[in-house]
Amino acid sequence: MAERSFKAEVEDLRLGAGETFTGEGILALTKALLENGVGYVGGYQGAPISHLMDVLADAEDLLGELGVRFEANANEAAAAAMLAASVHYPIRGAVTFKGSVGVNVASDALANLASSGVTGGALIIVGEDYGEGSSIMQERSHPFAMKSQFWLLDPRPSLPTIVKAVGDGFALSEASNTPVMLMVRIRSCHVTGSFQTRDNVRPSLTVRDALSNPRSDFARVVLPPMSFAHEQDKVKNRWPAAERFILENSLNERFGPADAPVGIVVQGGMFNAVIRALQRMGLADIYGDSQIPIYVLNVTYPLVSSEFLEFCQGKEQVLVVEEGQPEFIETQLGSFLYRAGSSVKLHGKGVLPMAGEYTGQVMLDGITAFLKQAAPAMLAAVVRAPNEDKPQIPDLSKTVPIRPPGFCTGCPERPIFAAMKLVEKELGKHQIAADIGCHLFASLPPFEIGGATMGYGLGPAANAAFDGGGERRPVAIIGDGGFWHNGLSSSFTNMAFNKSDGVAIIVDNYYSAATGGQDVMSSRADNASKATKNPISKALNGIGINWVRQIDRTYDVKKMRDTIREALTTDAPGPHVIVASSECMLNKQRREKPLRAAAIKEGRRVEAPRFGVDEDVCTGDHACIRLSGCPSLSLKRLDDPLRDDPVASIDQSCVGCGNCGEVADAAVLCPSFYRADVVHNPGKWEAKWAAFSARAIGWLQARRAAKRLEFGA
Amino acid sequence: MTLHQSFVPATPDPSMAGIIKLACLAVGGQGGGVLTGWIETVARANGYVCQATSVAGVAQRTGATVYYVEMAPASARPPIFSLAPAAGDVDIMISAELMEAGRSIMRGFVTPDRTVLITSTHRALAVSEKMEPGDGIANGAEVLAAADIAARRVITADFDALAIAKGSVISASLFGALAGSGALPFAREAFEAAIRSGGKGIEGSLRAFAAGYEAAQGATVAPEKPAVKAPIAPKGPAKLMAEWARLSARAAALPDSAAEMALLGLKKVVDFQDLAYGADYLTRVEAVLAKDTPAKGHALTREAAKYIANAMCYDDVIRVADLKTRAHRFDRIRAEMGVKDKHVLQLTEFMHPRAEEIAGMLPAKLGAKVEASPAWMARLDRWFNKGRRLRTDGLRAYLMLYVLGGLKSRRRGTLRHKQERAHMDRWLAVADSYLAQNYDLAVEILKCRRLVKGYSDTHARGLSKFDKVLAGIALIAQRDDAADWARRLREAALKDEEGKALDGALATIRSFA
Repeated sequence: MAERSFKAEVEDLRLGAGETFTGEGILALTKALLENGVGYVGGYQGAPISHLMDVLADAEDLLGELGVRFEANANEAAAAAMLAASVHYPIRGAVTFKGSVGVNVASDALANLASSGVTGGALIIVGEDYGEGSSIMQERSHPFAMKSQFWLLDPRPSLPTIVKAVGDGFALSEASNTPVMLMVRIRSCHVTGSFQTRDNVRPSLTVRDALSNPRSDFARVVLPPMSFAHEQDKVKNRWPAAERFILENSLNERFGPADAPVGIVVQGGMFNAVIRALQRMGLADIYGDSQIPIYVLNVTYPLVSSEFLEFCQGKEQVLVVEEGQPEFIETQLGSFLYRAGSSVKLHGKGVLPMAGEYTGQVMLDGITAFLKQAAPAMLAAVVRAPNEDKPQIPDLSKTVPIRPPGFCTGCPERPIFAAMKLVEKELGKHQIAADIGCHLFASLPPFEIGGATMGYGLGPAANAAFDGGGERRPVAIIGDGGFWHNGLSSSFTNMAFNKSDGVAIIVDNYYSAATGGQDVMSSRADNASKATKNPISKALNGIGINWVRQIDRTYDVKKMRDTIREALTTDAPGPHVIVASSECMLNKQRREKPLRAAAIKEGRRVEAPRFGVDEDVCTGDHACIRLSGCPSLSLKRLDDPLRDDPVASIDQSCVGCGNCGEVADAAVLCPSFYRADVVHNPGKWEAKWAAFSARAIGWLQARRAAKRLEFGA
Repeated sequence: MTLHQSFVPATPDPSMAGIIKLACLAVGGQGGGVLTGWIETVARANGYVCQATSVAGVAQRTGATVYYVEMAPASARPPIFSLAPAAGDVDIMISAELMEAGRSIMRGFVTPDRTVLITSTHRALAVSEKMEPGDGIANGAEVLAAADIAARRVITADFDALAIAKGSVISASLFGALAGSGALPFAREAFEAAIRSGGKGIEGSLRAFAAGYEAAQGATVAPEKPAVKAPIAPKGPAKLMAEWARLSARAAALPDSAAEMALLGLKKVVDFQDLAYGADYLTRVEAVLAKDTPAKGHALTREAAKYIANAMCYDDVIRVADLKTRAHRFDRIRAEMGVKDKHVLQLTEFMHPRAEEIAGMLPAKLGAKVEASPAWMARLDRWFNKGRRLRTDGLRAYLMLYVLGGLKSRRRGTLRHKQERAHMDRWLAVADSYLAQNYDLAVEILKCRRLVKGYSDTHARGLSKFDKVLAGIALIAQRDDAADWARRLREAALKDEEGKALDGALATIRSFA
């Protein structure tokens, strides 16, 4: 079960012709797929398109009714490979994953798909994880389209234009026998708005029907000599067909006056940002009517020379707004101008920065700089010669702490890394490689465990150079998501085959947790349409890894610590693998909270645990926090002039996971922590016995109080 | 070259003012998504077109996240909205935590010409603030001062506490504050309708909404802490009370600046041991006073009153057992955990005694012998050194701690007491040795006692840092700026666990000492 449920929202996917849909971008995308007769959908989760996978999973009933097959693919490569169904069959297919990392993983399949060419429309919806909020290296998906010759759509970021792009994408794909990648940026995925819906359309040929009438054609197979023919076909037929389709259907748009000395060329996805800058300069109105001509590239690959040159007609200087690096579009447009012998001066990187997100300020500064050079008369006097008397706002950069993401309250991964830190205190620092997933937060303070990440499922593989062993064993950490994504083959068979001496810790939290709690092969959940409950340890045994330690409660810090120590010091031959299993607390709470509330209401006995700190026992050295970092374990300044340092304090959000007590014990920290279990609806005898104990304790307390001075709380 | 003489810019469209831009900075998990959802609902229900965006991703795992909403009166054509807030272009900035308000100011989202800043004053501490061995908490006053300069209007309250008091979460009280601020052109009822149209927890949300609304309207000002503190008034047998009266009068007779501290210190040591111990404490403080200089405002006595009390109340097994078994502790926990009569409270303590603690409880001579014998220490470790979970709501474990707590009468004879006393004497002697030549340095030496804290390894590390700092000070004690260096060394020692900052500072000292 995913972290966020779209069960209510997917009802909107049934809206028919002429109705209005209001909601999020990802739902609009799904609706558009259904309106365009998609035959199969799939993908792999990852921000910013995780929720698109969740929407599809929650819409499985509706998809079934329409004869659409939904596949939660094992990884992005598997998702892209699924588009093979559109090679021979006239079936529209769509897959989704994040860019650029998902595209990296998928690139083998995408290259083969692009070479073979498609009959049915093939759409790859990529959530481009670039700029603020991104969790990956800052790269572009753009060049994948260039190298494999498939087409890239980057529509204007509003619901109607995104929905239109889905239809355009399928049609373009079919018109040019080429897969099409539809790029949506981080904020576009969750942008809200409205659009007019159409009826959902059943696929004219379902994947089921296709199985009844199998097709094959060796001309489509990527083998010589056909592969050479594919390349020629790409440039001689498919590319020109795509350009024709783009022109005939006006996929790219023009705004503003026809006649002006300057113009702006912009990726569709950056259009609103350009308009906002122009609005702020008084050069566009609220509806986007611009005083500067704008050429919007809703298709950013291929670029159509004739259309661009026509836009440049009569202009002296043109600005290209292209986010990310290197500047593929600008370079291509410059080449168009040069070949046409044009004297139009092209601006781009230079007035705008080469790297980084084009935020509102960057865009305002860039366009201002362009107009200062190209059309200073257009700038209002204040912009030309700013003479503002702005108040000096104090510099807070030394005051405000950074707040990177971290483990949630009660996260089962915290005790694993607390144990790891304790082992490193004993045995010294180790070579540690990490993977992709929540566990990567351990590389940040307070744990600072792990020095590199090479990609999803590649944690142990990233230690391969050290497989031969040495004085201290290398340690690799990988999540269950990474294990099933790619880790089993790329990391663990690599370890087993090369007889690695190393240690791998698999963090098994029952879900692909970092991406929003989707089920994986080893999830413990019942899932009607997916095979779950396949233990990771069984898979390890299957590939000949026999030194496997299964831990079923990661919160047992001492056991965790002793097991890691054993793996690092045992004489047994490697690989040494620890499977550390406990359920993701975010998902566990979501599942159990309502059940617990219901049980209390029904009068059943429920223990609600929470931790606390005795503030007069705590000395304020914060050693516990350096082994935790839990959001609910914080500090409190005491109203006591005798005390200099704030003491530890646990707030109401504590879920009673036990890490505090375990760590205080395992690391021999201090006796400040206590766990309070509030028993709701206690049994009759339990309540009586508790009352008796409390009376006896009360008598003892009164006895001692009578003999000394009591200062109260 | 073509000339475009006619191409002149038009005057800016006044309708541009029609877009309201609202940003919200929150910490992942604070319900920023719910808040933006309500804002969208209220806008759309009142004739506005509205767009909201957020950044999905790992930032939602406890990191800083930003939500952004734009709205404009509906018309025949859809307006073009931006997907991200821009510096200098935000009308309403809501921040769900004080440092996030600071971050919004740093990012330029709060400007004096237009921004209404609504911020909660509560803190969700960042890991970097919490993990320092000393006090690493960021200065909230700086953010509030900057907010006053940066924003057109500032609305502050502890919206977190307001919401919790109403059994709800901060998104609801902030929504109330937004309504109460009048920054959006909608009536209070329209906001409440948006909450009602949502799913669950409607009643709680409405209560928190009302609290936030009133706070924004200035109806309720968060109650300031009472300026006058209640006097220390113990309860107990008349004989003890009479002795207390005499001792507290002695403390009160100290110079003004030291008297307050000495009274608190007296309370602490009497609570730790007994009245005789309190008298001992006052004697020590008075001895310091005898050497103090009134011209310096009795800073030496004041710091002595503070740190001698702390040094005398060391954290031994007896103290922990005593504190854990007191009645008001049980009352406090029951209140904090919301335990009602119908509930049963189970209480588990996490203890991990080591041989050192056991030896420390033995009579001084025997304890010293045991501690010097590795065989005996190993034996004690074998017997005692393991994690113990004690259920102090049960009689067995409670009695055990009760008995341990009752060993106070033997405390003066224990090894630990002897060790602590020796350490204190040494420390006070060092301070005294600098007093004649450098008053300020002597005060700084007293303050170094702050470094000794924690239990077991942490305590040992504290002691070693204390020794290192004192040794470092000895190197530069002859310099005019010795007190300043002493302060720097102490602060460095509190920066990190391993003492990296301290080692760096010591290296600097050695370079010129």
